Amino acid sequence: MKILIVDDFSTMRRIIKNLLRDLGYNNTSEADDGSSALPMLQNGNFEFLITDWNMPNMPGIELLKAVRADARLKDLPVLMVTAEAKREQIVEAAQAGVNGYIIKPFTAETLKEKIEKIFERLQTAD
Amino acid sequence: MNEESSTSLESEIQRRQLEQARELVKLMESGDDLQAGKLIEELGRMHESLLFQQIGKLTRDLHEALNGFRMDSRLSEITEEEIPDAKERLNYVVVMTEQAANRTLTAVETVLPLIESLTQQASELGSDWQRFRQRELSADDFRELSRKLDLFFEQMNQNSELMRRNLSDVLMAQDFQDLTGQVIRRVINLVQDVEENLVGLVRISGQRLSNPDAKFKQEQKDTATLTTGTGPTVPGTSDAKQEVMTAQDDVDDLLSSLGF
Repeated sequence: MKILIVDDFSTMRRIIKNLLRDLGYNNTSEADDGSSALPMLQNGNFEFLITDWNMPNMPGIELLKAVRADARLKDLPVLMVTAEAKREQIVEAAQAGVNGYIIKPFTAETLKEKIEKIFERLQTAD
Repeated sequence: MNEESSTSLESEIQRRQLEQARELVKLMESGDDLQAGKLIEELGRMHESLLFQQIGKLTRDLHEALNGFRMDSRLSEITEEEIPDAKERLNYVVVMTEQAANRTLTAVETVLPLIESLTQQASELGSDWQRFRQRELSADDFRELSRKLDLFFEQMNQNSELMRRNLSDVLMAQDFQDLTGQVIRRVINLVQDVEENLVGLVRISGQRLSNPDAKFKQEQKDTATLTTGTGPTVPGTSDAKQEVMTAQDDVDDLLSSLGF
C-alpha cells in the first residue's frame, strides 16, 4: 500500500516512516506541507494519507479539505497526526471528513491501532 | 510638538517683539517715559504667554501619547500574557528535551550490556567450535558445548527482542524535535512581535502614534491561528483557556461522540 506522510519536521516524517515499516508498510513517500503534498496525491496513486496540522503555506486541515473536494481523491483515507488538541479543531477535522486523529506525542501502539481501525471501517463500509 | 508650527509661531513673536523694540527706542528718544514703561511691561507679558502656550501644548502632547500607549492593547497583552506564556513554553522545551535525552540514554544503557554479553558468549562458543573441528573435544566437552549453544540461542532470541524494543524507544524519543520546534517557532514569532511594538513605542515617544487597528488585527489573528495551528498545548499558558484534549483517550471519546 502506497502511503504519503506529510509533516514539516523531517524528524517526525522519519519516525512515522520507521513505525510504518515496522507495521509492514514499506511503500511510503514524504511531503513537507499541504501545497507540496496535494500535487503528489493528484499524480501518484496513494492509498493512504498521514498528515500533520501545523505546517507553513498549506496547513493539514486545508489539505484535508482540498482532498475531500477533489473528485478523484475524495475517498482517500486520511489520518491526522498532530499536536493540535483543541476541541474546536478536532471537531473541525471531523466535519471535514478525517478518518482518524492522533495527538502528539503518540505511541507506536496508537498508530498501529488507528490505522487498523480505519481499514476495518473501510472494509465494513464496502 | 510639531516643529514647523512652533518655528512659525516663534518667528511671528520675534517679528512683533522687534517691532515693539523699535517703537520703544523711538519713545525713549522722544522722552515719552510713560508710554515706554507700558511697552516694556507688554513685552514681558508677551514672553510669558508664549512660554505658557508652549508648556500647554507639550502637556497635551504628553497626555495624548500616554493615552495612545494605554490604548495599544497588543502591547499590554504581550506583557501581561504572552511574555509569561513564553517563559512557560521555553520551560516546556527544557523539560521535553531532558525527557528525550533521558529516554535515549536509558535505552542505550540497557542495550549496550546485552550486546557485550552476546559478544562474550559468541567468542567463547567460537573457540569451543574451533576445538571441536580440530577433534580436541571429549564427549563430555561436546555435551557442554551443545548445552552452551542452546543457552546462547535462547538468550539471542530474548535479547534481540529487548534490543528492538529499546531501539524503537530511541526512535519515538526523537519526537521532541517536532514538538519543541513548533513551540520555539511560536516564541520566535513573539520576539518579533515585541520588537515591532518596541519600535512603535520609540515612535510614540517621538510623536504621538495612535494605533486603533491593533485590537482588530489581534482578533483577526486569533481566528486565523486555529486554522494554521498553534503547536503543542503547553500547561500553565493561555493554551489552557480553550478546551484542550490532553490524552488520546479524550480525542477518541470526542470523536466517538461525533459518530466516529
